[in-house]
Amino acid sequence: MWTYNKVLEYPINIKCSNPKLAKFIISQYGGPDGEIGASLRYLSQRFGMPDQKAKAILNDIGTEELAHLEMVGTIVHQLTDGVSAEEMEKMGLGAYYTDHGLGVYPQAAAGWPWNAATIAVKGDPIADLQEDLAADK
Amino acid sequence: MMEYQEGLRNNCENTTREEMINQIKSLKFSIIELGLYLDTHPEDKKAICMHKEYCKQLKDIEDKYQKMYGPLTIYWPCNKWRWLETPWPWERGNY
Repeated sequence: MWTYNKVLEYPINIKCSNPKLAKFIISQYGGPDGEIGASLRYLSQRFGMPDQKAKAILNDIGTEELAHLEMVGTIVHQLTDGVSAEEMEKMGLGAYYTDHGLGVYPQAAAGWPWNAATIAVKGDPIADLQEDLAADK
Repeated sequence: MMEYQEGLRNNCENTTREEMINQIKSLKFSIIELGLYLDTHPEDKKAICMHKEYCKQLKDIEDKYQKMYGPLTIYWPCNKWRWLETPWPWERGNY
């Protein structure tokens, strides 16, 4: 199980909104190599690990990735907080605003929603750890 | 060991809320990263020693912080539901 800690793993306090930047950073939230993919990759692969070290490291890194997910979500939220529909449209986020308003939606920079097809879980420790290397590249 | 202990130890009698929460964040971050290292290096005595010391410091300062400013997790007992009073981490100000 998990316990929520009401602090960010690393503090984020963005002074100026910048929706154009948010348009790219959102890929680190819900894109093919984003934090939701990283956390689900490790937390799903851990069930197939054969020894204590491998189970522990995937469990604990998968957990830390959830903290990163919250940090990236915070960045996107603060970059777009209070931005008008017109400004979102001007910065290339008109389509995003249509579907999500100023919400933080797990999608790639190009607009695709997060997809489990971007991760692999093969039940084979070597194959899974190789995939982790590729994902972290 | 002393230099690690002194590094993050601070008598929090006179520290501000912001200083306290920053110490909590620093200790949590250090413990998380030490934990990851220990997962693959469980025999490293120096790392275990640092982990133990930081956990002790974290418990002390978190207890003090939560008594003064409200819960950081739902496992902190309150006479009223103070969970709603403290700001959320994604809000600016970031306590």
